[in-house]
Amino acid sequence: MPNKRLDANNITICGVGGQGIILASDVLCYAAFLEGFDVKKSEVHGMAQRGGSVITHVRFGKKVYSPLIEEGTTDCILAFEKLEALRYIGYLRKGGTVIVDNREIPPMSVLVGQADYPTNIDQRLRKSGNIQFIDATKMALELGNIRVVNIILLGVLSKFLYFAKESWEESIRKNIKEKYVDLNVTAFIRGREF
Amino acid sequence: MKSLLSGNEAVARGAWEAGCKVATAYPGTPSTEIIENITKYPEINAEWSVNEKVALEVAAGASFAGVRALVAMKHVGLNVAADPFFTMGYSGVTGGMVVVSADDPGMWSSQNEQDNRHYGRHAKVPILEPADSREAKVFTKLGFEISEKFDTPVLLRLTTRICHSSCLVDLERRKERKVIGYVKDIRKRLVLPAHARILHTVVEERLKKLAGYSETWSYNKIERGKKTLGVITSGVSYQYAREVFPDASFLKLAFTYPLPEKLIKKFARQVKRLIVVEEGDPILETEIKAMGVKVMGKARIPLCGELTPKIVRNSFTKAKKVTRKKDEIPPRPPVLCPGCPHRGVFYIVSKLKLVATGDIGCYTLGALPPLNAMDTCVCMGASVTNAQGLEKALGKDISKKLVAVLGDSTFFHSGITGLVNAVYNKGSLNLIILDNFTTAMTGHQPHPGTGKLAKGEQGRRIPPEDVARGCGVELVRVINPNDLETTEAAIREALAYEGVTVLIFRRPCALLVKPRPPYRIDPAACNGCRLCLRIGCPAISLIFPKDREKPLAVVDEALCVGCGLCVQLCQRDAIILSGEADAQ
Repeated sequence: MPNKRLDANNITICGVGGQGIILASDVLCYAAFLEGFDVKKSEVHGMAQRGGSVITHVRFGKKVYSPLIEEGTTDCILAFEKLEALRYIGYLRKGGTVIVDNREIPPMSVLVGQADYPTNIDQRLRKSGNIQFIDATKMALELGNIRVVNIILLGVLSKFLYFAKESWEESIRKNIKEKYVDLNVTAFIRGREF
Repeated sequence: MKSLLSGNEAVARGAWEAGCKVATAYPGTPSTEIIENITKYPEINAEWSVNEKVALEVAAGASFAGVRALVAMKHVGLNVAADPFFTMGYSGVTGGMVVVSADDPGMWSSQNEQDNRHYGRHAKVPILEPADSREAKVFTKLGFEISEKFDTPVLLRLTTRICHSSCLVDLERRKERKVIGYVKDIRKRLVLPAHARILHTVVEERLKKLAGYSETWSYNKIERGKKTLGVITSGVSYQYAREVFPDASFLKLAFTYPLPEKLIKKFARQVKRLIVVEEGDPILETEIKAMGVKVMGKARIPLCGELTPKIVRNSFTKAKKVTRKKDEIPPRPPVLCPGCPHRGVFYIVSKLKLVATGDIGCYTLGALPPLNAMDTCVCMGASVTNAQGLEKALGKDISKKLVAVLGDSTFFHSGITGLVNAVYNKGSLNLIILDNFTTAMTGHQPHPGTGKLAKGEQGRRIPPEDVARGCGVELVRVINPNDLETTEAAIREALAYEGVTVLIFRRPCALLVKPRPPYRIDPAACNGCRLCLRIGCPAISLIFPKDREKPLAVVDEALCVGCGLCVQLCQRDAIILSGEADAQ
């Protein structure tokens, strides 16, 4: 999918604060850097992170100006939660891809009965592009640590990007504490082979 | 060598490379990571100060001693530090001094979106505005140079999208600087009226020199494109405009106070139509118009909120505005984390239907449903003083159902002065300190109540209960907020007490302790009464199984950290440890 001639390739990562979204974007950015791209990333810290809706913008290519992706131009949405995939679907370009963890986390408005969790997310997403559902949370629990959901999802994303596998592994080593590197490399491969 | 750095990391690197020796800050999104990264450099004596005013004054003292000093804060922090900031504009510096203000357009984590470029003008201090991390590093270094060359602090103005966006940055070596040392100079540093009258004229002369410097500063630059459209812009807005108008001519401004008037007029003559793309207030636009140059700006582009490429596009082009049909998507605002130690206190505040004046921190989220346990949030420390004001206005009766709630770090930041004021003025204040042993919202920085210092070493611990007693408070209690019964009893005792009380609810932030085994619901025991939903825990939800008459509560075991608060609410013992067997 990425095109070296293009000024910018756009990846949107979204989910619920606390799911490891920022780490996922760090790993993706450093891998893109190792591939020789100009890279920009934008994320939000602070209050928005406390279980709220979180979106991170990652852009790489020949020359990137804006750290923010414009709606309707993202090549791939990597979603850690189904409702969040739906929330940011407007960012997807025509023919873009959505990779989404088959996980539902009801927001507080649903928990207190003020709103319903939509039941037709799958159909609504399918109208917008190529959708790939993956049981990443289940796979992470099988690996014994729910925190590796982010790296499993990156593994799935890696099939759509022509980065060398070594770039991904080096990026995981650079961004993740040494004692968790092996687990995360396994998680990455699990996602890549999905 | 190149490295991928956020704007905040780049400022830290720039300070290090520039030979900066002292750096101070109080944590505040989006500025926090500046000092967090500076603490990695052993050459810089860095500290978390108790508030921004203190931080700026410590940095000023370092500058008096002839070393380069940096102080960082979020935009509202500069309100707290405004007093010394204005005076430093008069007294000037010895070692270079860079004041970093990180503004938050869009209010991702703030109570307002003030545009701190006003502060540069107001205090007559030059402003540098980087447009990405690369410039953030370069301008930090140049900021120290300009500061020393013109004998003034320099305001380095960042925004959320500069602080928290990353790009590739060239790394260079640190250049050590000779320490000038302290030399007495009261005409400069002892700013009493006789000296200040002279200093004011010095400031006005300095501004003229700075305006001349701004004309030739190489980062204020024209990028030639087609002559049909000229764009004047600064900061991150430049990046958006560059993509939206790839063929236009640009005047990219980075030294934005004082502005280069000749350069602006020259650029205006070169293009047919001139627009200003700036986030926040029309600051460039107003000054450019005052120069007699015709420009279009805020008449088209929004004043509120942060800009995006799409907003810039829609503001100035006739692009077909596609109004997407708004699908109904339930919002997901931030919430108190599962296991948050503040939850129990808010549950009781809500249950007793108390008026709660609130403050700034994670715990402001206690205001949201279903807890609805906070009535006000003004600024750091205002919980204490707002409560005293309510009591002053309405008499002692209101204090029987009124509490002021703030966090441990906020208490040290600016809660103590309010507490002294209440005791001194014979107030009847019930202060609740939610002591989770950290500054949680900004990512867990230490403070005096923890006794840890910025670089991790042990400092002197100052327990808030000792401070409260020292301030003259007679009823002081330390309580575990996860015990609902004790929590309720303590709050009732405080409400009944005549005078000032301080309750410290102490339990570490849930993100800093190892999760305990999760709970689950025993479906045979649960009758769907919804009691457990009242604490607003993101891990508990209600489902409506087809084969049951009544709804059923469920615990998301991936989210539950086993705090056990919900267990105390359930009347039917339906919440059991994950490993336990169902009741028969």
